[in-house]
Amino acid sequence: MIVQSIKMAWSSIASNKMRSFLTMLGIIIGVASLIVLVSIANGATGSVTDAISSMGNNLLTVTIQDDKENPLRLSELSDFVDETNISMAAPIAQASVTAKSGYTSEDATAYGTTGPYYDIQGLELAFGRWLKKSDVDNNTYVVVLNAYAATQLIGRTSCVGESIALNGKKYEIVGVLKEEENSLSSESNERLEAYIPYTSLTRLADNVLYVTSFYAASADEKSMDAAENTLTQKMLERFGNDEEAFTIVNQSAVMETMQSVTNTLAWMLGGIAAISLVVGGIGIMNIMLVSVTERTKEIGIRKAIGAGRGSIMAQFLIEALMISLMGCLIGLGLSAVILKIVSFFVTDMSFSISPQVVAVAVGFSAFIGVAFGIYPANKAARKHPIDALRFS
Amino acid sequence: MITFRDVSKIYHVGGEEVRALDHACMQIEQGEFVGIVGPSGSGKSTLMNIIGCLDVADEGEYILDGQSIEQYSERELARIRNHKIGFIFQNFNLIQKMSAEENVELPLIYQGVSSAERKRRVKEALERVELGKRSRHKPSELSGGQQQRVAIARALVTEPSLFLADEPTGNLDSRTGEEIMRLFHELHDQGNTIVLITHDEKIAQQAERRIAIFDGHVREVAE
Repeated sequence: MIVQSIKMAWSSIASNKMRSFLTMLGIIIGVASLIVLVSIANGATGSVTDAISSMGNNLLTVTIQDDKENPLRLSELSDFVDETNISMAAPIAQASVTAKSGYTSEDATAYGTTGPYYDIQGLELAFGRWLKKSDVDNNTYVVVLNAYAATQLIGRTSCVGESIALNGKKYEIVGVLKEEENSLSSESNERLEAYIPYTSLTRLADNVLYVTSFYAASADEKSMDAAENTLTQKMLERFGNDEEAFTIVNQSAVMETMQSVTNTLAWMLGGIAAISLVVGGIGIMNIMLVSVTERTKEIGIRKAIGAGRGSIMAQFLIEALMISLMGCLIGLGLSAVILKIVSFFVTDMSFSISPQVVAVAVGFSAFIGVAFGIYPANKAARKHPIDALRFS
Repeated sequence: MITFRDVSKIYHVGGEEVRALDHACMQIEQGEFVGIVGPSGSGKSTLMNIIGCLDVADEGEYILDGQSIEQYSERELARIRNHKIGFIFQNFNLIQKMSAEENVELPLIYQGVSSAERKRRVKEALERVELGKRSRHKPSELSGGQQQRVAIARALVTEPSLFLADEPTGNLDSRTGEEIMRLFHELHDQGNTIVLITHDEKIAQQAERRIAIFDGHVREVAE
């Protein structure tokens, strides 16, 4: 029976190709816009969250605004590290310097930090090593360059052992970082960055002496809140219970906010697309009503030779459902093509169609088909055979 | 086979009560060929609708094959039409976009007959009306006589207990009409019950027995 209904529905759709296609178009556009918009929103979310999480999900950033005439010393930083919540802490200070190698001279940013910075930030080395504790303790003149700085100054990234001058002082290159893949801005790949021991930077730059900003890493992502609380407590103790003296930014909180913003965006775009699907559904209802009227005679004949209400209802409902699901299928294909084209132009985001979105699109199309097909189908099923037969 | 006991059908037109059938009583036995004659407006169509279970009487009782029809739901009436009655209409009432064999197959689909069985029975039915070679033609590609033969094939494919024909020759020229009538005689000779409704006395006279209807009243026509 169902197989027969599907065959009948198909022949009815096929016998009116243009009309069926135009009816489907509403659903096609609806589904395509739903998938494309949600996928783009997801792609944007993905690239933003990737960028944030590449900076470390367990990152706390502490900035000291008011040192109460009792500035934080580098040696004090280890006091904040404990076994349970905060696993690492690294100071950060930066200064603009002139980097020179041979006849090449460029403006660069020198970052002064310590060993743990590497793990906290989740950096990766292409060559050589990162800054060691002994480099900081002895304020050695060693530098780790980012890939861009190495290629700009030396001409290649495999330049460990060579030396450059920062503000006239000679530094030995001990390591070169990998090029960053997921970055909030592509800027950091086009900026010369030189990482040197914190103690070394205090000599290089006049304004850097005490720690005014540092990163701390929680033991794991789950203990972020506990870590933040512990750190806040310790900072309050250190700076005379003044909450205004410092700020702590929780990376996972930033991430959550970001995600909720992009989620809202996805829902909003999806909602707009859903409206166009509903409009497509109205198109289906409209054409089904026309179809029922046109085929009144056929309904009469079918009823006379023994079709019950159920079979007439099923026939028209399946027809509506088929129109919407075929539209959905074409829409899915179309959205895949559109996303391929978009990803051709926008290279730094990935637009994969998630199975959930496809499921939602198919489910919603089926719902639309049934919801807007049920009234015309019922109208067909309720026709009285005598009146329907008399119709011409 | 068919029993009418004081069957009445009442329509309300412009506040006035019109009895399309007025206490109609009749009896038709298994294997009979009955012609029902009457001018237009006499209540013929109403009678045909009630016999065919397309409509239900307002008063009285209609018994088909020992079953009283009045208490059945619409769904059960559809089932009775499907299994027991083979309709043949004046204007053929074939579905235009379906081929001859698809039209003949349709009642079997509603019966839930298997695909292989349907194929076999459709072929057989079309051969019986000598249209085996035109099974894939659409109604629009067939002559009036051929279309009516498809309709007869559609009626006989379910092996109904009753063939109910409403002016089956009304839209055909006299020669084709005779061919169709010959088919009815054949069906009758094979033991089928046939009720033929017409306004044409000459057609009606071919039946074994005639019932006349006038102003909603039914009476036997004596030979």
